[in-house]
Amino acid sequence: MANGNQQSPEAIRVADLHKSFGTHHVLKGVSLTAHEGDVVAIIGGSGSGKSTMLRCINFLETPSSGLISIAGEAVAMHPDGSPSDRKQLERIRQSLGMVFQSFNLWTHRTVLENLIEVPVHVMKCPRDVAIDRARKLLARVGLAEKEDAYPAFMSGGQQQRAAIARALCMEPKAMLFDEPTSALDPELVGEVLQVIKGLADEGRTMILVTHEMKFAREVASHVIYLHNGLIEEQGPPDQLFGAPQSDRLKQFLKSVA
Amino acid sequence: MIAGAVLASTLDLLALSPPGWGATLLTGLAKSVMIALGAFGLGLLIGTLGAYGKLYGGPLARDLLAIYTTIVRAVPELILILILYFAFTSSINNLLLSWGFERIQISGFAAGIVVLGVVQGAYATEVLRGAILSVPSGQIEAARAMGMPPLMLAWRVTLPQMLAAAIPGLANLWLIATKDTALLAVVGFAELTLVTRQAASTTKAFFTFFMAAGALYLIISILSTLLFARLEAWARRGQVRPGTS
Repeated sequence: MANGNQQSPEAIRVADLHKSFGTHHVLKGVSLTAHEGDVVAIIGGSGSGKSTMLRCINFLETPSSGLISIAGEAVAMHPDGSPSDRKQLERIRQSLGMVFQSFNLWTHRTVLENLIEVPVHVMKCPRDVAIDRARKLLARVGLAEKEDAYPAFMSGGQQQRAAIARALCMEPKAMLFDEPTSALDPELVGEVLQVIKGLADEGRTMILVTHEMKFAREVASHVIYLHNGLIEEQGPPDQLFGAPQSDRLKQFLKSVA
Repeated sequence: MIAGAVLASTLDLLALSPPGWGATLLTGLAKSVMIALGAFGLGLLIGTLGAYGKLYGGPLARDLLAIYTTIVRAVPELILILILYFAFTSSINNLLLSWGFERIQISGFAAGIVVLGVVQGAYATEVLRGAILSVPSGQIEAARAMGMPPLMLAWRVTLPQMLAAAIPGLANLWLIATKDTALLAVVGFAELTLVTRQAASTTKAFFTFFMAAGALYLIISILSTLLFARLEAWARRGQVRPGTS
């Protein structure tokens, strides 16, 4: 699974993405292409812009300039980078399952209600079909018994697995993971990584921002190292982790080892 | 003996059928409750729009809302009721006259709801604004990330989430609404306080009737408190109470 799996169609393309918060230039022109089945891991120190880059893909952050294209369809933008076609953006967002660092399950709904919320109310999928799909996904992430539980009464690991199931329940074309294990107690990290690994193994397209270097090396087909809003180095995981070229990456890998 | 006679005459005064005043009091109570319900509902509507306007509206909307909430919350409600009631009824009539229609008699019921609703709306704007701000941004972000349209998001995520934080403040507003209906007595609307005063001055049994009216207001308040407690428990479903986990 090398990067640039040229046989399969393009899933996500980011081209020359810039993002400023006021005068603070966070992303200074970054690009990325993921084909179907690719697992792209984005690594970097805090403040490197890796989460911002991921959040620009589904416009949770509005890019300042650049191009985002999902399955060959460019997200329509105003000259200032803000999305210009709300309906299109909503449709594209439904094709991207997002998993957050802090889970963000809706606290006023049970686990099952969380899973079927968007399929039923936004995507107009029949309720029984959505429930059926949701139960299969919950079984898959090991939460079959938790469908009637409210998120606040579950462990962080359980909540994150439920959040992954919620994203999958939309049947997205690709998954975006924003530091999915950073808010978890160490003993709960494994159960979440195992679920993500399972998704990678079945050939899902994923973009993964992570601090788990060992995991990135294990699941990624392509790794991007961001530093100060620029791609410092990128390549297949064995090359990036095994034989880093830039001094900054060498230093970074040493500091997180 | 004397006590028995006093009790008997009191019960006669409060009897439901004339010459007892019980039915009149209860009718007044029903009107008070209906006005309070209408005003509270209108206040919720104004408050929801006002809160969203204050949080996400343009500069003009924000300024207008700031003026509205500042003035209404600063001026005593009795004065507001007098101003709004007479301004409201006369401006409607002026409009009608200028369009060539006949002057109409505006029902005290409708005017009462509008006037108290405008007052309630100012307080509700602030209660709901605070409650909306208390919703964790991640809850809203999750819905945005999944492509939920803005209105559905407000209805299905923000409103239910903010309810728990809003209910104590809204319960206060409801109780204030029930009691503010008494102020409508000054514009001659036959709600509970006005009919109580009529009954009392006709029979000279002031103590009996004002105690009875007070008891009725108290019953409404107790029932409302129970209802709001249940509502809050429902709105807090899914939340871990401090100290229980």
